[in-house]
Amino acid sequence: MYGGGYIQEEKQEATSQIDDAQKLAEFEARIDRGEKIEPHDWMPADYRKQLIRMIEQHAHSEVIGALPEGTWITRAPGFRRKLALIAKVQDEIGHAHLLYSAAETLGKSREQMINDLLTGKSKYSNVFNYPAKTWADVTVIGFLIDAGAIVNQVANSKGSYGPYCRALERICYEESFHLKQGHDAFITLATGTKAQHDMLQDALNRWWKPIMHFHGPPDKISEHTAKLMRWKVKMATNDDMRNQFLDMYVPKILEIGITIPDPNLKKNEATGQWEFSDPDWDEFKRVINGDGPCNAERLAVRQYVEEHGKWVRTAMMNPNQKVVIPFA
Amino acid sequence: MSKIPLNTPVLDPRIKRVDLESTYGTTAIGENEHWISWEVFHQKKRGDQHVHVGIVHAPDAQLALLFAKEQFGRRLACVNLWVTKSSDIFSFSYDDEDIFDNATAPEKQYREAAGFKVMEKINRYKKSKQKA
Repeated sequence: MYGGGYIQEEKQEATSQIDDAQKLAEFEARIDRGEKIEPHDWMPADYRKQLIRMIEQHAHSEVIGALPEGTWITRAPGFRRKLALIAKVQDEIGHAHLLYSAAETLGKSREQMINDLLTGKSKYSNVFNYPAKTWADVTVIGFLIDAGAIVNQVANSKGSYGPYCRALERICYEESFHLKQGHDAFITLATGTKAQHDMLQDALNRWWKPIMHFHGPPDKISEHTAKLMRWKVKMATNDDMRNQFLDMYVPKILEIGITIPDPNLKKNEATGQWEFSDPDWDEFKRVINGDGPCNAERLAVRQYVEEHGKWVRTAMMNPNQKVVIPFA
Repeated sequence: MSKIPLNTPVLDPRIKRVDLESTYGTTAIGENEHWISWEVFHQKKRGDQHVHVGIVHAPDAQLALLFAKEQFGRRLACVNLWVTKSSDIFSFSYDDEDIFDNATAPEKQYREAAGFKVMEKINRYKKSKQKA
């Protein structure tokens, strides 16, 4: 679900390897023809590197994204909501699994990826560094964060790397339920008692900034970005995805009497672009670099769980087995 | 053991109960600790082919089947699953993709139904009969 809208860029290394010109031309021609790249194909080092980073961050976002929602399983209001939330959280962990597998076909092991998550080396979607204080927070996450993720994931499912597209196709199918149950819960609170309505409004007010951050800061139009778009690794700019999200979901928020805490938010009909107040990109950078409300807690919980499951994993391990990269 | 730099109090009652400090900053997953990978094949209904749907990690076939059931038999119709070690799959290389070109080559029309135009011959025969 939580296709991390924002993919942390790594500084371009000056020593990045020079790719064989003829192979590169064939590779680009294949992508231009709309064909997919498969795991054992030749690919530019930069393509591989960027895809691993992107798919891995997406997988981590699924794992960490299950934490704020999982918090509310024991306190969900009613049996039906509890069942739906359990199913959704299980789906998210399943998505992480699909995504780790897709990233593994590019040559990085699942163990390495999880270690990079645990040490904070590798990022996940920034929104999960904020707390889910009330049931209304879970509702806002289930509706609007999932909605933002779907915009991102539908775009990426038309990308060029076969295993990632296959994983996303299945993920998008399951997401449709997540979005619908989130919308249902959102409408229930918005149109319920005054206390319910106020709780939802309060949650949306707190979540609006992270939601505006979700697709990442405006892209610098660099040669690097242009190359990733040509290779169909990045399918749309961050601003385009945010704009598409606002187009689809602002009306759905307003139509049931919830307001959006930004007086400057409006669509410029002439350009088709939404205009809004600066969503505080400094805060975004601060939080993504570790100083958010929940960063430390999220990683501490993952570390605790990994540590306490370790004895089971090692007891069942067969030391004679050699790790093999998944086939497809 | 380092102190967790919490910016806000922990809100989840389940998480409050555990001693997060005891493992903070010390955990690392060992190589191969998540086990080897298995390819999973999924059959939607009796009579269908088994189709490759993805992979699971497991130490043995029995557990691989159990994880495959959770991961791939949870949300979609399913009557059966197969698993096989990733290392037991053999395949052609995409570099040799062109060896399959002649499967659909136009000069191989002689082994397609469309490669035989019987109606032309029948009509020619009928016409010649009418004239006679």
